[in-house]
Amino acid sequence: MHAVSIPDKKIGWDSPFANYQLDAVYDEMFEGSNKSWPQYQRLNQRLLELTPVELQQRQQAADLAFLHQGITFTVYSANEGTERIFPYDLLPRILSAAEWSTIEQGLVQRITALNLFLHDIYHKGHILRDRVVPHELIYSSRHYRREMRDLNIPHGVYITVTGTDLIRQPDGQFAVLEDNLRVPSGASYMLANRQVMKNIFPRLFADYGVRPLDGYGEALLKTLASMAPDQRADPTIVLLSPGVFNSAYFEHTFLARHMGIPLVEGRDLVTHDNVVYMRTTAGLQRVDVIYRRIDDDFIDPLVFRSDSTLGVPGLFNAYRSGNVTLANAIGTGVADDKAVYAYVPAIIRYYLQQDPILPNIETYLLEDPKQCDYVLNNLDQLVVKAVGESGGYGMLIGPHSTQEVREKFRQKICANPREYIAQPTIMLSRAPCFIDGKVEARHVDLRPYILYGDKVRILPGGLTRVALKRGSLVVNSSQGGGSKDTWVLNS
Amino acid sequence: MLSRVADSLYWMSRYLERAEHTARLIDVHLNHILEQPSAAGLRRHQVLASLYVPADSDVIDSDYALAELLTFQRSNSNTMAACIATARENARQVREQISTEMWEQLNQLFLFINNTKMDQIWADQPHEFYHAVKQGSHLFQGITDSTMNHGQGWHFIQLGRFIERAMATARLLNVEFQALGQEEQDAAATNRNHFNLLVLLKSCTAFEAYSKVYTASLQPRHVTEFLLLDREFPHSICFAVIMIQNALNALAGATESNKTARVYRLAGRLFATFDYGQIDEIMQEGLEVYLANVQKQCMQIHNAIDKQFISYPIEEKLAA
Repeated sequence: MHAVSIPDKKIGWDSPFANYQLDAVYDEMFEGSNKSWPQYQRLNQRLLELTPVELQQRQQAADLAFLHQGITFTVYSANEGTERIFPYDLLPRILSAAEWSTIEQGLVQRITALNLFLHDIYHKGHILRDRVVPHELIYSSRHYRREMRDLNIPHGVYITVTGTDLIRQPDGQFAVLEDNLRVPSGASYMLANRQVMKNIFPRLFADYGVRPLDGYGEALLKTLASMAPDQRADPTIVLLSPGVFNSAYFEHTFLARHMGIPLVEGRDLVTHDNVVYMRTTAGLQRVDVIYRRIDDDFIDPLVFRSDSTLGVPGLFNAYRSGNVTLANAIGTGVADDKAVYAYVPAIIRYYLQQDPILPNIETYLLEDPKQCDYVLNNLDQLVVKAVGESGGYGMLIGPHSTQEVREKFRQKICANPREYIAQPTIMLSRAPCFIDGKVEARHVDLRPYILYGDKVRILPGGLTRVALKRGSLVVNSSQGGGSKDTWVLNS
Repeated sequence: MLSRVADSLYWMSRYLERAEHTARLIDVHLNHILEQPSAAGLRRHQVLASLYVPADSDVIDSDYALAELLTFQRSNSNTMAACIATARENARQVREQISTEMWEQLNQLFLFINNTKMDQIWADQPHEFYHAVKQGSHLFQGITDSTMNHGQGWHFIQLGRFIERAMATARLLNVEFQALGQEEQDAAATNRNHFNLLVLLKSCTAFEAYSKVYTASLQPRHVTEFLLLDREFPHSICFAVIMIQNALNALAGATESNKTARVYRLAGRLFATFDYGQIDEIMQEGLEVYLANVQKQCMQIHNAIDKQFISYPIEEKLAA
């Protein structure tokens, strides 16, 4: 391994790296203070060639591209206009082919096992009978859907689209932080980031040999088509969105456009004799596969929340009758319950007789009095998460919290230990980001997207999310995070 | 095509046409009042009446107040800015149906207006601002024609634009002709009529086109005939009616619907009144009545489109 040192003359005046923070946390770009990892050498050189003004211009060009394309998301509870641009960081995150290969194998293994697990707990429940996973844990999960018992779905695939959150630990190993098995979002930002990157750094991109992401729309379409009921040929596939006020609406339109399928809302669909139709200008047209971006709770007011106006009355019965496929299936949330997460390594061993390739983060289950005691005594050092939440909501980060907030969480935990888990505060790896004219280190994670239909398809890359606030560990867009393009190299 | 999508495309197009029409009326007004300052009060009243904006002429006592009311004011839900925001909101709901180029153009037009303040427009060149809005709308139409499939969605866009245009032009003609002095002539009245006719033609971008047909001699009868019955001029009502008829014919084919349905019969009837209409007869029977009837028929077509394509009862289609 060779490393290139930063030329001294640059450091003297205003190296963009003047304020760069390096310490025990793993850095995506630098191996040591003057050594970048091999895959970052060319980027490093390019950054030193560009003046701060040039870098600033490129950042502005990128921001403008996002604004004009309307690549925005909606923030709940923001007072002024609800649309915001998704902050984009100029500098790519680069993964070597070897790093990616491990991630890929680990994800295939994990998704295969989780899918077998879902099939099992909604059928015979062997894993519960063998006491590998406690059955109380499953049956007490808010996301376990009794309505799914003994329902057979195409290929037995429950989790058609997954966006697994990976983080890199101080030793450089990737670990799984969360399995998002319900309606994970962000794939469109991954694709939009790539598009903008190609316009902003065309030569650097071409020289690097980056594996392409172009095929995502087609891969998703093929995956969904393979899920058609009775292997129906040429199925009608639609994307079901909650509508224009949803925070991910941009993504819904983006994916529908890239697949060339209609984007529908609940009010566009009707059911009759357990068949789902959409209202078109030429009358009613039968629908075969629904890529739904609405949570279980809201999808059918007759079966789940009766106050939902987003869903389609009668949809679940049509689904149970096998006339229409929902992707993802109903009830997948039970397997990304944060307490069930703790058992995923055991789940992998149980179904596949393999050791997990991607490790878990150590997790304390608070229903166990011993673990709970430990957690309550160390709240200032741990991260506490609500088991059924996602998007960075309902979370306590001990080291960054106040006594008052910790006290609130202590009460919540004592009142309802099943609803929370705790984990050690993980120092996510840091990557270089272009902030106010300088390159600074910020914490990042990685969310690759896994498609599972007739087979598993993973596109080389993912969404690298960035905690743009200095020192912050929260990367969610709803909490002020941004993102950057992720390059997986050919070799 | 999804009914909701057709609906959004239709309204997107209508609102954009409305915004363009409003921008043109303001622009023409500001321009022509420079030479006829004494007519300003009356002209302001005419502009407001033709846009159905109820306003107290004591309150709207300056051109600034007029422009502000029609461009930005929040109490008026049909301001130019509101129309463009609504057009964009409709486009946003069908993002995946329109081309990226269309969306970017409409979004940029929206951002341009949103980032502009009335005082700033007034301090610079108001004409340039309103011109930029009209141009933005024209650009959007050009981009639409050259980047979007000329399929169902495009036909709904055509329908929205031309129904809006037919109704707005009919209203404008009606308001302006009521104000024209009768044939008795002193020099001042002739002068005033000439001025009003000129404003009317320019408000429909019709002055140059009219002059090519009738020369620059402005006769009320010729102006009416041109704006009502000309088959080739895109802002005449007849042209709009032909386009409505064409769009509905195309939609009948694309949706394989029964040609005897109400919407097609209504459009055919309206087309026939223009196809066989004679300007002398129309003037004799009263232009006001005729124009009111045109507006009523456009409204009926609008409702029938909704019934045929958008909010039909499900039972009707299940039986078919």
